[in-house]
Amino acid sequence: MVLTQQRNIVTRTWGSSVGKKFVMAVTGVIFLLYVIAHMIGNLKIFFGRETFDAYSEHLRTLGADIFGYSGVLWIIRVVLIAAVVLHMVAAFSLWYKAKRARPVGYQHKGHQGSYAARTMRWGGVIIALFVIWHILDLTTGTVNPDPAGGAYGKLVASFDRPVVAIFYIVAMVALSFHISHGLWSGIQTLGGNSAVKQHALKSFSIGVGVVVAVGFAIIPVSVMIGLVR
Amino acid sequence: MRITLRVWRQKNADAKGKMEKYKLDDVEEDMSFLEMLDVLNEKLVLADEDPISFDHDCREGICGSCAMVINGTPHGPQKNTTTCQLHMRHFKDGDTIDVEPWRARAFPVIKDLVTDRSAFDQIIQAGGYVSVNTGSAPEAHATPVDKVSADDAFDAATCIGCGACVAACPNGSSMLFTSAKVTHLGLLPQGQPERQTRAISMLAKQDELDFGGCTNVGACAEVCPKGIPLASISRLNHDVLGATLTGARAD
Ligand code: HEM
Ligand code: SF4
Ligand code: FES
Repeated sequence: MVLTQQRNIVTRTWGSSVGKKFVMAVTGVIFLLYVIAHMIGNLKIFFGRETFDAYSEHLRTLGADIFGYSGVLWIIRVVLIAAVVLHMVAAFSLWYKAKRARPVGYQHKGHQGSYAARTMRWGGVIIALFVIWHILDLTTGTVNPDPAGGAYGKLVASFDRPVVAIFYIVAMVALSFHISHGLWSGIQTLGGNSAVKQHALKSFSIGVGVVVAVGFAIIPVSVMIGLVR
Repeated sequence: MRITLRVWRQKNADAKGKMEKYKLDDVEEDMSFLEMLDVLNEKLVLADEDPISFDHDCREGICGSCAMVINGTPHGPQKNTTTCQLHMRHFKDGDTIDVEPWRARAFPVIKDLVTDRSAFDQIIQAGGYVSVNTGSAPEAHATPVDKVSADDAFDAATCIGCGACVAACPNGSSMLFTSAKVTHLGLLPQGQPERQTRAISMLAKQDELDFGGCTNVGACAEVCPKGIPLASISRLNHDVLGATLTGARAD
């Protein structure tokens, strides 16, 4: 038979469509864990300026005696950047393969599958663009009206612009959809689904997606209605 | 019933096709979809026109030939039903119905609604079998199979290889078909020796034949006339993951 199986685990994984999905599922789980930790951290905004700014500083001094100031933060950043690159390259490669698989489309368009499932690709692109804006706004302060305001000051200054607050909320809805399908899909990709568990797994993923969206979006909403000043 | 059909007409593999309109005013609701096309074809022949080519064989939902996409849904609107078993009573008087061939690079159109689906045979050849010694059949009770596995394997074995899953998939992926065979054989003791290499070999073949990659949209399971569950794909993924980590090889 044709020699299709590769000796090396990297080419073996990357060389099949399902192998690329394994990469997407594992990197997706990394994002999801990060996103949840990030959300819990953000909610400290409701405990006031001191607590929030202290938390921001704490992230940088965490493990500083071993890894240096911001060391742990940089390790997290490098892991996330590597994960984003792998996730996106795998997604685009499968996107291209899907386009190639159907050169002539249907005249009568049917809509099978959930909205979340059908918007994974464009939704993912929107999230990636949002992440870039988000870093320029709240991390580097490049596009922030109050770049020297500290973590709390930057956040309030940013969401005082209604357009930005609404863009943020829209991006969180997109993220929620992405997680609602992605988490379930990732479990199925890693072989963890069964006909009996499927309904529960799907509901659980939607639940996680909703919790994440609400947990993040509550902050710009609170700034807009004046709860957080 | 009066029915307007818009059918994909394409002279041969290289010709550019288009949708053609046909009006029928004597459709009976007890006709199957294929009988309705037969009636149309008789009229076309009498009018000295080229009849519509479509695949069919058993007309009882077991051979998987009757491939056509009806109003955007492979095998039409009725769940768990092949086109040959779909009856015109599921449509209304005055309806316009669009009929198109399966659309996938791996299933090229030969003529009108007829596609070449031999790509499925190649996927089966790549690993959809068990290797056994020839000779007299072994005593059936010598290899016990538990009831749940036997039932699930049987359900997976009901896949008729129709290709509706590929036709419906937004990625043009054949994962449901491949996973049905991997589930069928992988649940039985006879299928164990080749279980991991079967999964990667069949997957490698479907990738090579330009089927798309699965994103677990689930359109396949929605249209599958045999109700093959989406979770079968998880079983295939599970075996592929095992083979990828351990480096199982078929050569
Ligand atoms: C160009 C950008 C992106 C594209 C095209 C994309 C596409 C996808 C696709 C197709 C999946 C489904 C994987 C599957 O079917 O198993 C997925 C899963 C996922 N993606 Fe993305 N994505 C992108 C960016 C992002 C970003 C920036 C994040 C982080 C916030 C993210 C978070 C996730 C998560 C959490 C999952 C779930 C995977 C799992 O739990 O296993 N994605 N993505
Ligand atoms: S899995 Fe279902 S839709 Fe796909 S080929 Fe088999 S019977 Fe047809
Ligand atoms: S003609 Fe055999 S399944 Fe429809």
